[in-house]
Order: sequence, then C-alpha cells, then structure tokens
Amino acid sequence: MAHQYPALSAEQKQELQEIAQQIVAPGKGILAADESVGSMAKRLNQIGVENTEENRRQYRQLLFSADDRINSCIGGVIFFHETMYQSTDDGTSFVKMIKDKGILVGIKVDKGVVPLAGTNGETTTQGLDGLSERCAQYKKDGADFAKWRCVLKISETTPSQLAIMENANVLARYASICQQNGIVPIVEPEILPDGDHDLKRCQYVTEKVLAAVYKALSDHHVYLEGTLLKPNMVTPGHACPIKYSPEEIAMATVTALRRNVPPAVSGVTFLSGGQSEEEASINLNAINKCPLGRPWPLTFSYGRALQASALNTWRGQRDNEAAATEEFVKRAEVSAASVSMSKSEVHGVGFSVC
Amino acid sequence: MTHQFVALTPEQKKDLSSIAQRIVATGKGILAADESVGTMGKRLQKINVENTEEHRRVFRQLLFSTDASVSNCIGGVIFFHETLYQKSDAGVLFPKLIKDKGIVVGIKVDKGTAPLAGTDGETTTQGLDGLAERCAQYKKDGADFAKWRCVLKISDSCPSTLSIMENANVLARYASICQQNGLVPIVEPEILPDGDHDLQRCQYATEKVLAAVYKALNDHHVYLEGTLLKPNMVTAGHACTKKYTPQDIAMATVTALRRTVPASVPGICFLSGGQSEEEASVNLNAINLCPLHKPWKLTFSYGRALQASALSAWGGKPLNIEASQKAFFERAKINGLASKGEYVPSGKTDKHASQSLFTESYVY
Repeated sequence: MAHQYPALSAEQKQELQEIAQQIVAPGKGILAADESVGSMAKRLNQIGVENTEENRRQYRQLLFSADDRINSCIGGVIFFHETMYQSTDDGTSFVKMIKDKGILVGIKVDKGVVPLAGTNGETTTQGLDGLSERCAQYKKDGADFAKWRCVLKISETTPSQLAIMENANVLARYASICQQNGIVPIVEPEILPDGDHDLKRCQYVTEKVLAAVYKALSDHHVYLEGTLLKPNMVTPGHACPIKYSPEEIAMATVTALRRNVPPAVSGVTFLSGGQSEEEASINLNAINKCPLGRPWPLTFSYGRALQASALNTWRGQRDNEAAATEEFVKRAEVSAASVSMSKSEVHGVGFSVC
Repeated sequence: MTHQFVALTPEQKKDLSSIAQRIVATGKGILAADESVGTMGKRLQKINVENTEEHRRVFRQLLFSTDASVSNCIGGVIFFHETLYQKSDAGVLFPKLIKDKGIVVGIKVDKGTAPLAGTDGETTTQGLDGLAERCAQYKKDGADFAKWRCVLKISDSCPSTLSIMENANVLARYASICQQNGLVPIVEPEILPDGDHDLQRCQYATEKVLAAVYKALNDHHVYLEGTLLKPNMVTAGHACTKKYTPQDIAMATVTALRRTVPASVPGICFLSGGQSEEEASVNLNAINLCPLHKPWKLTFSYGRALQASALSAWGGKPLNIEASQKAFFERAKINGLASKGEYVPSGKTDKHASQSLFTESYVY
C-alpha cells in the first residue's frame, strides 16, 4: 500500500465537499423522489392510480411545483432516471425547476438488488457496468450527487459475513466511480426493519455493517468529505414486542454512528424505511436532541415519510394537485424543523454504555 | 456475525469510559515514564549516569514527587513494570504516590517488537501470552490503564499490507484483553519518522494504518469509549528536505484523524517521537488550534518531550533534583496549555527544549 496515487485533485475534492455540504446545509434535508417504475407502481396502486409515465410525471410535477418555502428545507432531490428527462406541463425541465430553487439534483444510479447465491436470501446490488460513463452524462445533465442502495436484513443467520463484505465493497466501488465524475455519492447500506429483533440487535448489526462500509471506503481511496451516508435509524424490528421511546432510538442510533462514521463525513441523511411521516420526524428530532457529541449534520433523506400525505391527497386528480403540494410542503417543513440549525454538535456530554 | 455476545457489562463500560475521560480531562495529558531498562540505559548514558535500578528509581522518584499541582496538567502516568513496585525514599509505593495526586496509573504491557518474516524489516509486537492474568494483577496493584506500542515504517515498500493488518490485529487483541480486566487500553500504532518522505506520504500512510486499526478494534468487539489512541503526529520524514509549518502539520494530522478515528474515542494522546520538547509543544498547540472540527480531546503522551530538560538538569546529582523537577513541571505546564491551544511560546526557549530528540529507528 506504500504509495499514494492521488485519486482526486485538490480542485475535485473541493468541489465534492462543497456539493455535499450544500445538500446538508443547516436545517435542510433530501427529498427522495427516486422511486423506480416498479416502486411507483406500488405507491400508485395504493391510491388507485394507473402506473403510466404521464401519471408519474404529473405526480413528480406536483412535488416539484412546491413554492419557495421548500428552498430552506430541501438541499437536494434524488431523481429516478426517467424523471431527469421529464418536464412540466409548460415544458420546463424538472432538473431546471429544482436547480432554479437553489436545490441540488441527485440521481439514483443502482440497478436494483440481485441474489447472493449460497446465502439465506441475501442480496447485493448491481449497476457498476458503464457506471462511469453514466455518471459523466448525468453530471452534464445537471446532477451533482448520486444514490446507491444496498440492502441487508437481520435474522437468525443474517447478515452474513459475505453480505456485509460484498455490499460494503460494491458501495465503495460505486462511490469511487462517482467521485471520479464530480458526483457526490450518497452511500446507503440499509438494514431492513423486518423481524422481531430488539433495539440492541439492530444497533449491533448497524455497527458491524458501518464498520465494514468505512473500511471499504478507505480501501477504495474514497474521499470521505465528499460523501454522505444514508443509513437506517437504529430501531427494533417491526414485529418486536418491546416498545422503545424516541430517546432510546436516538441514543442507539447516535451511539452506533459515533462508533463508526468518521467525523470527516459531511453528513448523515437518514432513510425513513417504512416509518410513518410522524414517526420519522419525531425520531429525527430526538436524534438531534441527543446529548452525545454529533460531529456531522443529522438530517433526512425521506421518500415515503415526505410523500405519503401528498399521494393520498392527490389520488390522481388534477383538481387535488394544489392541496397535495401543500401536504408535501408541510411535511418538508416539519422534517426540516427536526434538524439542528447548527452545522454539527461536535462536543456533547457523556458516553454510551449501550 | 449476526448475534451479539456481550463482551462487557454496562458497569464495566462505565468504569472504562470514566477512567479514559479522567486521563484526558481538559488541560491534561500523559507522562510516558515507561522506558524499559534498555531504553533508560540510553537516557542515563547521555547524562553520564550509570544504569542501575537505584538510579532509575531515583529519577522516577524525582518526577513523581514533583509538586502536587502537576496534576492540573498530568492526567496519567505510564509505568514500566519495575517501577510499579518501586518505592520512594519514605517507603511509599510509586503508584500510591501518583494516585494520591489524583493522577491515573498506567502500565506498559507489551514485550517489544518481533520481526515479521518475509517483509522488509517490518515488525509486530509480542506480549499477548498470559496477558489477561498480568492485567488482572496490574489492576490489583493500582493500574487503571495500559499501553502497547506497535511500530510501522515508511519506505518504498512499507508499510506492507501484512504489517498493517498484523499490527492492527495484535493491538485489537491487546485492547480486548485489557478491557476484560478493567484496564483502559491505549492503542499505539506508531509510524516512525525515519525517511525522506514528505508530509503527504505520512498522511496517507497514517490514514491507511488508522483505518485498519479501527476496523480491527470493531472486529474484536472493543468498546471504543473505553480506549485512547496514541498516534504519531503527521509529519514529514526526518530526512525530508521540504520544511513544513506547525499549521501544515496540524492540518495534515487533524485531517487524517477526522477520516479514521470515530468520535466515540474520548481522546487522542500524541507521541512525541523524537521531536524536541519545544517542537512537540508547538505542534500540539497548532493541532488544537486547527479550524477543522475535532470531536476528541487532543493531548500529549510524551516521554522524551517531557523529560529531556529534567534529565539534563539532574545529571545524576541529588543537589539538582529541585531544578530538575522545575524543568519537568515547566514542560508539563506548557503541554497542558498546548492541549487547549493556549500555549504562546516566549521569545527565548531553553536550549535543551529545542534539541531534536530523534534517534534512528527508535526502539523503547
């Protein structure tokens, strides 16, 4: 390992760091609007709307037409590929609409999960082929950051060593390629909340997964200041009979992060992972009030937790658009209010014994 | 890996974290007085004093009976095994002398380096055999923390992957065993300053080494809040022709640490590694003034850089003891200030304070 072969110039590093910091500027988070065609099918199905390209366009339009109130709440929007090239009714590209608000455009670049043979239903994520060329094109088309989601699950036998190692490695390859093309990678190692495990178990698994992720990022020479992390909060499994308070969730989450996420990482943007809109904001608020030192901004990258009400209000009717947009703005404001206004709370009080 | 098998109870964790935080309380650092018999030999030789057990006892006594207010800048003292069982002239055991000042007692537990076959002169560190029993005994005898030094070097081919992996692993084993026995492990992966490499090269090597260390600590289920890190500052090699300012050193050092050391580690206590007393203080000060966010305490664990002037002033003569203690106290105070970024060097510095303490391929 003896010699360094610089991966990025000083200028490239500066650009990446500035992008990352802009996304998680004080009080701001991310709108994850990158649902694939298949995921949008599920969402639209629930409100009785047909999953057509036009319906998807109309739906994203109502989100992106939110007024300037969201400019101080949203630092970045993650797009799905199709959406990058769609426009409003009057022909304004969605990308331009978002950028004109001073919000950065991101793009989901992974190509979904694939099975890991010989495991108990575990997966890795594909999408590395031609990724460099795709990133270069997305950068030209207005994107400044990207997202790639890996998935792990907790059970009696999982996550296995292989799943942890393989997902960490593929995240690091993705991150490295993004940075080479001026794109800030959001690194998402999601541990699903499925199961009946308790909070402690989730904390333990999260710590092991994150340790592997950051070792892989180091091995792949990824510039941490030019990345963001999108982790799950540490929560009990959905079927766990024990109830925990937001403060317990916050303490477990912040402890796990403090033990594994280097201070150089520019920000942590939590996924909502099936929490309700209300839950997701309450928990994020508790996380930002946790007394332990938090050297990175702790904010949101929410999909469902920002859009559920809006979808429900819209139900595919043009007449409901304005009301639906308003629902989205309200959730954006509530979520942003949960985020600390200071850049980070470096020096906290006390230490964890959990 | 899926299930957790508890390594430490919450009470054990609380004890370990409390000890660690006491050692690096604001404005305090560590006196590394754990020179082995051989290393003390080199020190004493420089001042023409014979390397006898009595002389070693007298010098450590000199340091340990410095005015009690030294505890405002010294949070912990690292002992060598022999010293832990020595007494003052009045018959007081040295650990008691230290503890009575409110300073935490530590013990060096490694047994020196051993070669890694098939490498370019690289080493690992031995001392794991019976370590649990030794730690338990040291804890009974007054120690609350331990120290273990691994050594890496920079050259065209070093540090190798094996060296990084092996040293990280042995540090993690040591740390795990310490914690099982109530001792806070100070983890020391020293990258030697020998060579002509530049600052960037040292930063790169330091980042790779520290990333491996923290992955190993995680793999070995070590409780980070109950550990301390003792790294080298990021500096250019001794034979590097390019000169860097304390601010350059500070920025490179803090950057490397921010990229690898989790915020849950309560404190980072730099080794002085052959820097002169004054250099070590000025650099520590600059590190604490570095504008990047630093979520851990950044302080000192100095041997030579705290003792050089004191040794010189003593020269082995009883009449000089007070002057020697004064010299030690002075450096302790200065480093205490530096650990808060409050050290303002006066115009003149002691001649000895500026002397480089570099010894090639330094072995304790």
